[in-house]
Amino acid sequence: MKNLFKNLVLSEYILIVLFGIALLISRILNFETGITIEHNFWMFITEMITFLPLMFVLMGLLDVWIPKEKVERHIGPGSGIRGMFYVVLLGTLQAGPLYGAFPVAYILWKKGCGIRNIFIYLGAFSTLKVPMLAFEIGFLGLKFSLLRTLITLPVFIAIGYIMEFMLRKRNFTVNQPG
Amino acid sequence: MVLLLAVSGASLLLSFVFDREKTVRGVKKGLKMFLGILPWLLNILVIASVTISLVPQHTIVRLLGSDSGPVGVLIAALAGSVALIPGFVAFPLASILLKSGVSYAVTAVFITTLLMVGIVTLPLEAKYFGIRIAITRNLLSLVGAVIIGIIIGALM
Repeated sequence: MKNLFKNLVLSEYILIVLFGIALLISRILNFETGITIEHNFWMFITEMITFLPLMFVLMGLLDVWIPKEKVERHIGPGSGIRGMFYVVLLGTLQAGPLYGAFPVAYILWKKGCGIRNIFIYLGAFSTLKVPMLAFEIGFLGLKFSLLRTLITLPVFIAIGYIMEFMLRKRNFTVNQPG
Repeated sequence: MVLLLAVSGASLLLSFVFDREKTVRGVKKGLKMFLGILPWLLNILVIASVTISLVPQHTIVRLLGSDSGPVGVLIAALAGSVALIPGFVAFPLASILLKSGVSYAVTAVFITTLLMVGIVTLPLEAKYFGIRIAITRNLLSLVGAVIIGIIIGALM
C-alpha cells in the first residue's frame, strides 16, 4: 500500500489524480468553478477518447502492414508535388486536434516520409479539415471559410519548405514517447 | 468521426482475416503508443479545462474586441496560441467574435493560431520532435497566422 502510494506520487499520473480529488471536493462543497471545470474536462475527454485510441490502432496496423519502400516512393524526400498532394489529402480527411497528428507524423517518418511533407502534413491536419469545413461555413460564412482555406494552404506549404531547409543538414528524427 | 470508426473497423477486420498474428502485433503497437502519451494527454486536458473555465468566453470577446489594428492582431495571436479549444467550439466562438464587432483579420488570426499553435501542447510536441523543432514550428505557424489574418482582413 505504501509502495503503491509512493509510486503514484512519483508517476506522471500525479496531476490527474490530484485533479480528480479536487473535483470530488468541489462537488461535495458545491463549488461552482470546480463544476464548470469538470464539465469542460469531460468535453475534452470525450473529444480525445472517441478518436485517439482508434487512430493509434490504425497507426499500429499501418506500421505492420505498409512497407517502407511504398510510403517512401510516394511521400518520401524526392516525391515532389504529388507527395505534397497526398499528405495534404491525408491531413484534411482526418479529424481531431493538433496533438492527434503527432503519432501519425511519427509513423510517416518511420516509413520514410520526407521532412517537408511531415510538416505540411501537420499544417494540413491542424488547419484544414474536410469534416469541419461545412461546420465552419455554417458559422463563419462561405467567403471567409474558402478564403481561409485558400490562403492557409500556401502558408503551411511554405512552413514545410522552411523546416526542410533548416533541418536537411541535421539528423532530424521523430521519436516515439513513452 | 463516423469515417474514422468505419475505416478503423474495416481495416481491423480485413487485417484479421489476412493475418491474425500481424493484426495482434499492430493493435498491440498502437495501444502501446497510446498508453505512452496518455499521461501527457491527461495533463494537457487538465490544464486546458482549468484555463478555459477561468477565462470565460465573454472575457475573450472583450479582449479581442478592444482593438482591431496591430495590437488586436497581437492579442489574438497570443490568446489563440495559449488557448486549447476544440474546433467545434472554436468556430462558434469565432462567429460570436465577428458578431460583436471584432474584425475579420483579428478573428482569422485567432482561429489560425488556435488550430496551428499550441503552447499547452508544446511539451508533448517536444517529446516527438525535440524542443527546438517544436518551438520553431510553433513560431513559424504564429508568423504564418498573422500573415493569413492580414490577407483575409484585406480581402473581406
